Amino acid sequence: MEIASRGEIIFRRFAFVTMTLISVGMLLPILLMITASFTDEKSLILNGYRFVPDKLSLDAYIYMINQYKVILRAYGVSVLVTVAGTLISLIITTMLAYPMSRRDFKYRNVLAFVVFFTMLFSGGIVPSYMLWTRVFGVTDTYWALILPNLLMPAFHVLLVRNYYQSSIPHDLIESAQIDGAGEFKIFFRIMFPLSVPVVATIGLFMALVYWNDWINALYFISKPKYFGIQNLLIRMMNNIQFLRSSEGSALIGTGAVDLPSTSIRMAMGVVGLLPIMVIFPFTQKYLIKGVVIGAVKG
Amino acid sequence: MYSKLASKWSVKKTTLSLFALAIPGLLYLLVNNYLPMFGIFIAFKDIDYSKGLWGSDWVGFKNFEFLFRTNDAFIMTRNTLLYNLAFIVIGTIVSIIMAILLYELKNRLSTKAFQSAILFPNLVSMVIVSYLVYAFLNSDSGLVNLSILRPLGLEEISWYAEPKYWPLILLITYLWKTAGYTTIVYFAFIAGIDKSIYEAAKIDGAGKLRQIRSVTLPLLKPAVILMVLLAIGRIFNSDFGLFYQVPLNSGALYSTTQTIDTYVYRALMQMHDIGMSSAAGFYQSVVGFVLVIAVNKLVKKVDPDNALF
Repeated sequence: MEIASRGEIIFRRFAFVTMTLISVGMLLPILLMITASFTDEKSLILNGYRFVPDKLSLDAYIYMINQYKVILRAYGVSVLVTVAGTLISLIITTMLAYPMSRRDFKYRNVLAFVVFFTMLFSGGIVPSYMLWTRVFGVTDTYWALILPNLLMPAFHVLLVRNYYQSSIPHDLIESAQIDGAGEFKIFFRIMFPLSVPVVATIGLFMALVYWNDWINALYFISKPKYFGIQNLLIRMMNNIQFLRSSEGSALIGTGAVDLPSTSIRMAMGVVGLLPIMVIFPFTQKYLIKGVVIGAVKG
Repeated sequence: MYSKLASKWSVKKTTLSLFALAIPGLLYLLVNNYLPMFGIFIAFKDIDYSKGLWGSDWVGFKNFEFLFRTNDAFIMTRNTLLYNLAFIVIGTIVSIIMAILLYELKNRLSTKAFQSAILFPNLVSMVIVSYLVYAFLNSDSGLVNLSILRPLGLEEISWYAEPKYWPLILLITYLWKTAGYTTIVYFAFIAGIDKSIYEAAKIDGAGKLRQIRSVTLPLLKPAVILMVLLAIGRIFNSDFGLFYQVPLNSGALYSTTQTIDTYVYRALMQMHDIGMSSAAGFYQSVVGFVLVIAVNKLVKKVDPDNALF
């Protein structure tokens, strides 16, 4: 253990205090949303959103439990799109990365360029929009929520290629070839299973992309039944009555006067953020690693 | 002769099956990325759905003329550039300071805890961010009006109708959401610095601040230059969610929240003006591409190892 001088100890303390303040400051807005969602509607109307509620209340959540159908449906859409999108994305990403990693593959540089160029130049939104809606007709389908994001971070392909090149010995491929294994077998039986560390990290980021996406729905979805949780939240922000306008609203027969709309807004925010808050403690290690890999090697 | 043929065949077979593995990805890129690249010709057409994309009339630069005759073109370009400039300068400074502080903790456990805390906002969707900002700023129940301005006896502000406050609001929101991410990146670069250099500096009697000034910052410089140049390459792009959803699409705020991305969306989906929208999109794509190429040339000069191509 090195011996720290007085100046160093002071600096270390300063760093600790400053970082504590910054970290707490960054989490405060989320705390505000959570406490506000548990605050009594009357005190919200009187005093607004506060960090310390004057009077606790579960009204907002009770209301939402009664409207569970709309929320569960949106959750379902988000889960479906996230799972399907992430899986498809991972498969085509690794399948594309593997040939690029093979030094004996003639066209590996061509492939790398094809991938890389998409990071430099894009045709923009309008041609993409025309293509997906006019040619492929994705409007109001789940495809609209899955397809446009599949290989959006094209550098994921390059990350996986780098991993294959640097972390998996070429001998392994050669001995499998001598044993008579074809390329498909080598990829699915050896390369894909061996790339679990990098695939898990990329998968995590893709899952976040899909879970947090709402822009595709903005362009391609008009029917509320295809709304994921993010787009339900947008609707709720614009129109707090949206929950009750949908089916299942008959459960609460009271008029709009009783709607605890101020607290419901924040409760909806909590419901939308909940899955992220739940998985974060288990995944933060990989996320931090992923940020570093992406920055240094991407 | 036979074996030579056989091996030639096996090489061909390998090449073919490797190519086959790449096909799903290649097809996807062709459809999602390359076809739209050719589709930028739409900007030179007067799209009429009844005539189809190909059948619509060519109008040359008319869409561009219309676009640049409006005030919108100036506003969205100015906003996009100025916001990015502020984000790059302030974001970089803030992240470097945070990264140095993180590094100087010399305590793995607390470093990890802080990294987690500051990364969390990065995982929050822009929709939720708009809820958080709303909790602070809305005029009926927002924390700033009711718990800060009112008790101080100051006049309450209708934030969602006053454009002049939004540059600051969006800057803070941007820093809140992204500073953690870039801090972790810079922290990784600092952690990669050879420790013996610090030891040598210490032996020479350099205090902490002196070490930061004479060791950390100079050695971090290449990474900073690279990151800044990459950001400059994207200076014509903006985070759509930050400028559209966080101000809750408020029309009163367009003068300070409209960027090229939000304009393209509004022109296409709300005004249904394909000409204006595609012209703005073309403008963004082409200038963006030129910038990336120029930036790469610069990187090549400054630091050839880190050039993109």
